[in-house]
Amino acid sequence: MAKTIIDKIWEKHTVVKEEGKPDLLYIDLHLLHEVTSPQAFEGLREKNRTVRRPELCFATMDHAIPTANRMVIQDSIAKKQVETLEKNCREFGIRLQDLNSEDQGIVHVIGPELGLTLPGKTIVCGDSHTSTHGAFGALAFGIGTSEVEHVLATQTLWQSKPKSLQVRISGKLGFGVTAKDIILALIAKYGVGLGTGYIIEFTGDTIRSLTMEERMTICNMSIEAGAKAGLISPDEVTFDYIKGRKYAPHGTEFEQKVEEWKALATDSGAVYDKTLELNAQEIEPMITWGTNPSMGVGVSQSVPSPGQFESESDQKAVGQALTYMGLEAGTEMTDIEIDRVFIGSCTNSRISDLRAAAKIVQGKKVHPRVTAIVVPGSQRVKRLAEQEGLDRIFIEAGFEWRDSGCSMCLGMNPDIVPSGERCASTSNRNFEGRQGKGARTHLVSPPMAAAAAVSGKFVDVRTFEERGAYYAEV
Amino acid sequence: MRKFKTFTGKPAVLDRVNVDTDQIIPKQFLKRIEKSGYGQFLFFDWRFDDQGKENKEFELNKPQAQGANILVTGPNFGCGSSREHAPWALKDYGIDCIIAPSFADIFYNNCLKNGILVIKLPEEVIKDLMQRANASDYQLTVNLSEQEISDGQGFNYPFDFDPYWKEMLMNGWDEISLTLKHEDAILRYEETSGVL
Ligand code: SF4
Repeated sequence: MAKTIIDKIWEKHTVVKEEGKPDLLYIDLHLLHEVTSPQAFEGLREKNRTVRRPELCFATMDHAIPTANRMVIQDSIAKKQVETLEKNCREFGIRLQDLNSEDQGIVHVIGPELGLTLPGKTIVCGDSHTSTHGAFGALAFGIGTSEVEHVLATQTLWQSKPKSLQVRISGKLGFGVTAKDIILALIAKYGVGLGTGYIIEFTGDTIRSLTMEERMTICNMSIEAGAKAGLISPDEVTFDYIKGRKYAPHGTEFEQKVEEWKALATDSGAVYDKTLELNAQEIEPMITWGTNPSMGVGVSQSVPSPGQFESESDQKAVGQALTYMGLEAGTEMTDIEIDRVFIGSCTNSRISDLRAAAKIVQGKKVHPRVTAIVVPGSQRVKRLAEQEGLDRIFIEAGFEWRDSGCSMCLGMNPDIVPSGERCASTSNRNFEGRQGKGARTHLVSPPMAAAAAVSGKFVDVRTFEERGAYYAEV
Repeated sequence: MRKFKTFTGKPAVLDRVNVDTDQIIPKQFLKRIEKSGYGQFLFFDWRFDDQGKENKEFELNKPQAQGANILVTGPNFGCGSSREHAPWALKDYGIDCIIAPSFADIFYNNCLKNGILVIKLPEEVIKDLMQRANASDYQLTVNLSEQEISDGQGFNYPFDFDPYWKEMLMNGWDEISLTLKHEDAILRYEETSGVL
């Protein structure tokens, strides 16, 4: 029978299957960070348990660390959390990328870049954006701290198999439109609950044409669509990306693995529980105006009014969102002025994101009202960007150039958007207070964020780029 | 985990959609390494104003919501981050049961693992329940073994519940010790699948 990649990975990892119960799944890779792990290690200690397979665990520190002067953690509670992770990793024999490590970075950036994330693996982390790793054809999902403890102790998890949802994206992406715009447009069209109860497989010619970094941006935000996980069947693009990475298989082992990985892709004729479609040609650069990722529109649109929504509860939610965001219905998106720009997060902090943003700001200056920072996703990305001279472009334009970490994506470290300020952010969540109490977040792509930094307000990156080229000529 | 018994309690109504875990417990409280003491931070930015004073308008601060141990709320409750601090905060605040049309997946699981009963009911039923719950002294009885909630005044509704989790909650079992009973199977898997 024709199978989806989801069926194949699930079946291969089922350790115990009993009627009427969830399946016991084996976990191939367990990623850990400082925020969601301390209570899990404490739980092990209380019960005198050990870590079953420390070699399948991999830890980093990313959420609460400073990005300006990373060796000095002022916040004593954050400091203790970081030290607790060090202590736990030492005690249980788990590899840790600490602040001195050249491989340190955001957990969902370093897994792929170090070749730990591979097709067909089951990957978990106490972090909802674990879905990012699905871009490689892995089954990757976020778990809570109790589950972190369960995986540490048993290397398995009880899971009921979710339904399968195919999201087929076809057509050629327009100029200036990115992977970030695809996923924001998808969630705007179908709502934040579109994937609830499902694992999404993204298919279609648009997806096939994307690079691995673009695919990661899309899978990263499947959780914002409510899905358990999001993944993409692996292909040559995937294998090329993995080849030669630090912990990936090398030589003949790699060649053998590629043959295995090829067989993972969804069989033609496989049936999904549901299918949704999106036409890539219709997508514009997107900007969110509200307080969840579905509250977004194309850059040529205006802020909607509550009356445009059908249900009473949506109308109320939109009203609340507009009040929080300090926006009036009917305002053109390109008339919204901004105070901050954040280029970073596990959604958009990889080298291609930084290149795209640098291309926009090259030779220009950040608007005087705007404070702008670039936070590379990992120290590797940072070094590579510096080799290419991207840091100079950003710094000369007036951006701050930081060390890697989650930073202003959630503001657990000192990088916080002050109350009432408006931030163009390349991250994934625009919830109330996410970037700081009272902070107003607009989710956008890296080029859109860069263009906004220069203009002091949102601009259509498509015409902005053309104009930029024109100015360069004259 | 303690055993889940039938209980009668007071529902508080939070008539909002897509309530995310950043609201349930804002990130500034996630730096602690303990599991307890998060109740004081529950819905912090909604509950308190900038001066740290109680916001009288917020649903849980209203007189009829005092002492509530059941939360009745809108669809997609608990979306966003995987932080288990969210159910820890709810539990510590005193919430034993949450009733909503739908929940975000990770949050739903996190609740079960902390002995919070999460019940899904159709949206119309929730609307009705929200109306009723506004009456002062309103009480709701939650019976997991019969999978039924009722108010003794005509509201009586069955709910679906995963049989696996029902057994776990009713017995107060520790999931890890149950899994470790399958250690042979796990080891066999590791030996045959090339993990080792
Ligand atoms: S960058 Fe943001 S979304 Fe990604 S792991 Fe860090 S806090 Fe979570």
